[in-house]
Amino acid sequence: MNVSKALTKMVRYIVLVIFFCLYILPFILVLLNSLKERTEIISNPLSIPKSINFANYLSAMEKMNFANSFMNSLIITVFSVALITIFSAMTAYVFVRIQSKLNKFLFFLMVASMIIPFQAIMIPLVQIYGSIGFLNSKWALIYMYIGFGASLAVFIYHGLIKSIPLELEEAAMIDGASRLQIFFQVVFPLLKPTTMTIVILNVLWIWNDFLLPSLVLIKPEERTLPLSTFYFFGTYSVDYGLLMAGLVVTIIPVIIVYLFTQRYIIQGVMNGSIK
Amino acid sequence: MSSQKFFDKLKIQLLFSGPTLFAFFTVVILPFLYGIYLTFTNWDGVSTSHSFVGMKNYLAVLDDTAFWTSLYKTMKYVLLTVILINVVGFFLAYMLTTEIRGKNLFRAGFFTPNLIGGIILGFLWQFIFSNVLVYIGEHFKIGIFSSSWLADPDKAFWTLVIVTTWQYSGYMMVIYIAGLMNIPKELLEAASIDGANAFVRLRKIILPLMVPSFIVCVFLSLQRGFMVYDLNIALTNGGPYKSTQLVSMYVYQKAFLSQKYGAGQAEAFVLFLIVAIVTLIQVYVSKKREVEA
Repeated sequence: MNVSKALTKMVRYIVLVIFFCLYILPFILVLLNSLKERTEIISNPLSIPKSINFANYLSAMEKMNFANSFMNSLIITVFSVALITIFSAMTAYVFVRIQSKLNKFLFFLMVASMIIPFQAIMIPLVQIYGSIGFLNSKWALIYMYIGFGASLAVFIYHGLIKSIPLELEEAAMIDGASRLQIFFQVVFPLLKPTTMTIVILNVLWIWNDFLLPSLVLIKPEERTLPLSTFYFFGTYSVDYGLLMAGLVVTIIPVIIVYLFTQRYIIQGVMNGSIK
Repeated sequence: MSSQKFFDKLKIQLLFSGPTLFAFFTVVILPFLYGIYLTFTNWDGVSTSHSFVGMKNYLAVLDDTAFWTSLYKTMKYVLLTVILINVVGFFLAYMLTTEIRGKNLFRAGFFTPNLIGGIILGFLWQFIFSNVLVYIGEHFKIGIFSSSWLADPDKAFWTLVIVTTWQYSGYMMVIYIAGLMNIPKELLEAASIDGANAFVRLRKIILPLMVPSFIVCVFLSLQRGFMVYDLNIALTNGGPYKSTQLVSMYVYQKAFLSQKYGAGQAEAFVLFLIVAIVTLIQVYVSKKREVEA
């Protein structure tokens, strides 16, 4: 009995290790090859690099305009996520506290809109904002992210705000606090775990998004990281060492952040699914 | 007094929900409605005027065999990826909720692909399929890898399925772990004492109680499957010979490259209807199977 138990445990462990390798190996291969020269990669993509050479990295960063795209991605992600979070929490709050027919309808409309695929909107979106000259700017993109991201965030916040007892706010109201003060000093701090979830889900989406920025940001100097990676691959399609280095420099910052925030990210995804 | 109160309420309503609702209506609702209008016009994206053409675009959709081919491929892709993502995701979650060392490391590793965008993952796997695997195939004489999978229409389709499964199964695993941890331990222990083995416990207790998690995960993987674009463009770029052009990419090209905005939007709208119907059916059917613990 004990032997078979130990055996199943070992089999289980081996299976997990095999899967783990399958999930991680692609990243390791890219890392290895980013240190090599083109001929070295072609002759054997599995070999250990002969020497540690960072030339590919410097050249890739320069050709991708890395610093600039990284900053663009950072600005767009930070502002979009901060605004989605604050505005959506406020909206969900008013939907819960002012139970009018209109608010019920608006809430329903936002939830229902989540089923619309982005592809069903992108053509008219580009047409409308192109005709008023509102494309080609980070701020236009941030504005659109608020519109697209609000529904899910309002939906998640709505569920939680319902459970906050009104008495907490009434006490503050007697002390003469305004609604805005009550919201930011009493309600918003209570929403912190949910805010974490919403921040994480939105960072994962916006940092990595490609289709919307590719439609909105046409000027090269406005490009985000996924966009500049895309154009970089289009231009240097056979220089493998350089290309792999380009991938590594875009992946590394994410992995570093992940190492420190891994627990919160996984927790955030878990909470996000239990609506 | 009461009108004072009304204005107070209105002020709060506008202050709190105004910015969100303005962005939501101008970015989602307005383009959606305007898009429906566009499907009845012959706008080409350049000219300042366009005329009303009635149902012509929708009739053209019916005749556009390339659209239906790409839609059929997308359906096949969605079906395969939904099954594989959830089977692998559930399997990993099940393994990781047993007694085992290094749970956190495994979990973090399986989740890693979800941190990185489809464009980057697509290029990464393009290198693996066209260089690393071909090298392995030639070097170790493994026939199936000796020519690039990306050059063969059938295999190129499978690369999309494989990479999508690899990409999202870790995400669903996390959701399944949350669900599995919510199953009352006493229930499983009681079943064990009654002589139920692991397989029976899985079928009779765990799977029925996991229905809510399955609903969420199938919903998420359905939506991602229908909307896939960046992986498609970075990994296969629709090739070889447009054989792996999924519907998102098809609609994009029709509208923005062939400049047929009205026709492209009509196809996008057909896509919307299909996604809406499929997801509503999925949620409705699976809600009926939910059980209480």
